[in-house]
Amino acid sequence: MSLLDIKNLSVRFGDATAIPVVDGLDLCVDKGEVLAIVGESGSGKSVTMMALMGLIDAPGIVTADSLQFDGTDMLRLKGRQRRHIVGKDLSMVFQDPMTALNPSFTVGFQIEEVLRQHMNLKGQAARQRALQLLDRVEIPAAASRLNAYPHQLSGGMSQRVAIAMAIAAEPKLLIADEPTTALDVTIQAQIMDLLVGLQREQNMGLVLITHDLAVVAETAQRVCVMYAGQAVEIGNVPQLFNAPSHPYTEALLKAIPEHSQGQRRLTTLPGIVPGRYDRPLGCLLSPRCPYAQAHCREQRPSLDTHERGAARCFYPLNLTAEVA
Amino acid sequence: MTTETLSTSLDQSLLYPSPLKEFWQAFAHNKGAVAGLAFMILLVICALFAPWIAPHDPSEQYREFLLTPPAWLEGGQLQFLLGTDEVGRDLLSRLIHGARLSLLIGLASVLMSLIPGILLGLVAGFFPRLLGPSIMRLMDIMLALPSLLLAVAIVAILGPGLINTIFAIAIVSLPSYVRLTRAAVMGELNRDYVTAARLAGASLPRLMFITVLPNCMAPLIVQATLSFSSAILDAAALGFLGLGVQPPTPEWGTMLASARDYIERAWWVVSLPGLTILLSVLAINLMGDGLRDALDPKLKNAQ
Repeated sequence: MSLLDIKNLSVRFGDATAIPVVDGLDLCVDKGEVLAIVGESGSGKSVTMMALMGLIDAPGIVTADSLQFDGTDMLRLKGRQRRHIVGKDLSMVFQDPMTALNPSFTVGFQIEEVLRQHMNLKGQAARQRALQLLDRVEIPAAASRLNAYPHQLSGGMSQRVAIAMAIAAEPKLLIADEPTTALDVTIQAQIMDLLVGLQREQNMGLVLITHDLAVVAETAQRVCVMYAGQAVEIGNVPQLFNAPSHPYTEALLKAIPEHSQGQRRLTTLPGIVPGRYDRPLGCLLSPRCPYAQAHCREQRPSLDTHERGAARCFYPLNLTAEVA
Repeated sequence: MTTETLSTSLDQSLLYPSPLKEFWQAFAHNKGAVAGLAFMILLVICALFAPWIAPHDPSEQYREFLLTPPAWLEGGQLQFLLGTDEVGRDLLSRLIHGARLSLLIGLASVLMSLIPGILLGLVAGFFPRLLGPSIMRLMDIMLALPSLLLAVAIVAILGPGLINTIFAIAIVSLPSYVRLTRAAVMGELNRDYVTAARLAGASLPRLMFITVLPNCMAPLIVQATLSFSSAILDAAALGFLGLGVQPPTPEWGTMLASARDYIERAWWVVSLPGLTILLSVLAINLMGDGLRDALDPKLKNAQ
């Protein structure tokens, strides 16, 4: 049984007839596995994770056949029970480190708060553990940083503190929602190394939400490509990178700047993600897809499994390709 | 291993200044604010120790010394340093005792509007669908009325007196606190640390008072200081109109009003209370400006 098991998750804002923001998503993450979720802005990556943690407020509606985390049904959890799981076994690293920490309290206090709540550590023991955690996330001069307020730290340092807080209670699953987007490139690499190192060390599951395909290629074992609220392709690394079977995945890979070297213009996928009022009748990608046929514009494809994964396309690419 | 890192990493250069020290450095940078603070401290000392500092009893009437000019003028008496008023009461003593009332009115009305204002603002920010708009529209209605007129109306309904003056001023300054709190709360609610706190299962009261409220305090502190001065001004205005604190209580506005008739013969009876009001309001405003510069990170390095 996998650690996280999501079946047919839908999130919509408004009444039951509203266009779903996340539409029939199936996902599973095993213990010690790194799953990457990639896709353009607005494709429902973050909303999926918010739904998992029960942070979708009215008028948002979350429905799912199953939303199991470590054997517990997350949909049915209330108040106290949820608090025992979320923040302890399931924790999160946010996108913008500058807003992820509470500006009113010192870094040390905030880490110790997690330890007090979930690990039953108090006073000096909590202080020592917080210090160890800061050392673990490679913060220099950790002891004096404990008394620092978030505005006294740089972005990369804040993100390290946020990671320290996230792993403080030794979670089974860590969700990293674009953990490196707000950081500069050198720090990005360090933070990714840190996250992956921690993941291996503690054998956590890691869900990595990102735009950065290079990061995915290096770290993830499996990838879920999302488009307009649907999973359009699920596959393993590196097969998915070598032979994408969905046109959208292919377009994403082509859009990596390095692949356009020597060309006058970078390769792009024309158009934008369909919004609430311009959803096509057929395949959601059909207005932007270079391979679209008449059939594609009339009917929605389903997520069909094939040898190397699954793709939501009538005419998947590279099915017969030889991949290592 | 940890004890070792503790000793090696306690580098002197990395010791962060305490927030209080940081605040004072920024505040002391502003000379006007420090002057304002000094005058405020003087005022507070006067108010606290009025019976001991004041040379005379504020309501004692020296019938043989009606309208004596201040000591440095011709005909002045050394025992009445700032002169006497129309019934022979010592002005200096009355001004010192008046500081008590003015500060009391300022403090009480600020507290009485700050606390409900924060609560209403938090509620309005946290419930943006139904409760929020209804609170805000009510505040808009209150803001649509001229504040002094509203205060006069409230006092007219409740009747004049010290408590009712405080109450009226508190009600009048309520909307600004509510709006300020709500705006700050709405700004903070979108931050990731609030999401993180919700993720960790923080209950609504905890989210309101421990996670969000401390981060909204800076503008509220500044507004509280600034409305402290406007409360003193409003109290003086109400006193001048005969709706505030009643004579013979030595309140600055009331003193102004009762001395109005002597403005041509004895300027000091009117000017000195007026000057006191002016100076204290100026001092508080300067101090408020300094607080804003010191507390608002956006203005911190903008000198």
